[in-house]
Amino acid sequence: MIVVEQKPLEDILDMVKDSDRMLVLGCDGCSGIYQVGGEKQAEMLSSMLKIGKKTKGGKKEGDLKIEASTVLRQCDKEIVREALEGSIEGYDAVLSMACGAGVQTVAEVFPEKLVLPAVNTKFIGMQDREMGDLHERCSACGDCILDETGGICPITRCAKGLLNGPCGGQVEGKCEVGGYENDCAWILIYKKLKEFGKIDQFLKLRLVRDNRISQSPRDLKGGVKYSGGGE
Amino acid sequence: MEAYSSLMQEILDGKFVFTGELEPEKTTDLTELVEGAKPLVGYAVACNVTDNPQSMAYMSSLVASYVVQRDAGMETIYQLRCSDRNRLALTADVLGAAALGLKNILALTGDHVSLGDNPGAKSVYDLDSALLTYMIRRMVDEGVDLAGKPIHEPPKIHVGVAVNPNADPLEAEIIKLKRKEEAGAEFAQTQVIYDMEKVDGLFEIYNQYGIKVPVLIGIFPMKNYGVADYFDKNIPGVSVPGELLETLKKVSEIADKKQRKEKYMEVNLEYFEAFVRDIMKSEAKGVHVMAVGYEAMVRELIARVRGEG
Repeated sequence: MIVVEQKPLEDILDMVKDSDRMLVLGCDGCSGIYQVGGEKQAEMLSSMLKIGKKTKGGKKEGDLKIEASTVLRQCDKEIVREALEGSIEGYDAVLSMACGAGVQTVAEVFPEKLVLPAVNTKFIGMQDREMGDLHERCSACGDCILDETGGICPITRCAKGLLNGPCGGQVEGKCEVGGYENDCAWILIYKKLKEFGKIDQFLKLRLVRDNRISQSPRDLKGGVKYSGGGE
Repeated sequence: MEAYSSLMQEILDGKFVFTGELEPEKTTDLTELVEGAKPLVGYAVACNVTDNPQSMAYMSSLVASYVVQRDAGMETIYQLRCSDRNRLALTADVLGAAALGLKNILALTGDHVSLGDNPGAKSVYDLDSALLTYMIRRMVDEGVDLAGKPIHEPPKIHVGVAVNPNADPLEAEIIKLKRKEEAGAEFAQTQVIYDMEKVDGLFEIYNQYGIKVPVLIGIFPMKNYGVADYFDKNIPGVSVPGELLETLKKVSEIADKKQRKEKYMEVNLEYFEAFVRDIMKSEAKGVHVMAVGYEAMVRELIARVRGEG
């Protein structure tokens, strides 16, 4: 899922200093599931903004219309339209708590509205519930080679994204980036392939990537079928 | 196989070669670099010219390599990193290097830019050291760039690579050397090592994988205790032998500057002369002396092991 992190409140208050009629819009997709931008967090943020505007912005209760709402998935144009059509008119800004795709979906569906991001979009995450951690394991490069690398992605997990690692920056399986705390992806790959008796795959010289595959902006035209409201 | 450079000619002739190292810094003045190279002419066959070492934004290695070759008469090994350039920039620099008469390139992936003095820089890594090697050999041998586009007057230049005998697990590192050989590497220089155990460890796996690329062993005579201590503490995965570090520390306590300098020289020569003589008996084809700014030592060491000292 997409990992997001709420921006510092000070930054958000500065961003919305000209908007007193605002819809704080949560998303029950990734952002909500990770409890960063779901219903509860949207309500919490709207309260904080009211307090902030009153204490620091000198506003009175009557000046403000800051309300919270949530939609099922902000990255789906139909869901956003159905959820907000008719109710969005009363606000001069929408503060979205979804990922960047969600923010831009709302902005595309309601082009007359100012849509602002309350969170920073971080990465595609893998969740470790036991530790409460989220890890980046895929960077959506568009050309998956996990079959060749023991199921470990060097494009994402190697700090240099190398096709032919390990580089000289690993010490005892740890990466030079981040102070030798993170695992070197290529040593993980080496160990995994060796364990599977597939060292021949590790010996393979991987030739250059065609970077056009991951050239932004990317589209999948007609490639995703709508399955009906997230059922 | 045709040799375009003195380095490659000596390797092909079966001579035991010595290479040195020069480091251009954050300056436009290359006087020190050129003067540092001059005493090594006739001793080292070529000198590496580092390219943004430790990801520090320094003077262009291409320009420095050319100026050293022109003004000091020292053949250079132009170090080229993938951290800072995509395949277009690398192609341009290889063509430029050949046009300036450079004959050797050391293809490096390069330290991550976040470790350097401009840590917020965007890193490139469009290619890695193996793919840069592959690209250069296609340019030289087939006269085409990486996309297969023909080159008018292809470059005549050799390409070497790095290998780290300190790496753990070592097999993964040596397999990478095997890949670089497949990509076309013509020589390899190692990271600094201090003992024959590391040399033997390298060649054991090297032979298991049937690697043939000539290897030059990297050594590092240390000008003073401060240099040794810094190296020991700050270069990950490499440590100066405790006894040698202790001896250098004792030397640092000698009050008289001249005596101290002489003693440093003596300690280094004693350790590294014996080490180089042992390396000469191994499968290594040469030694890469990474003693930047310690030319007198490099010169004396090479003279001694050649029986000229």
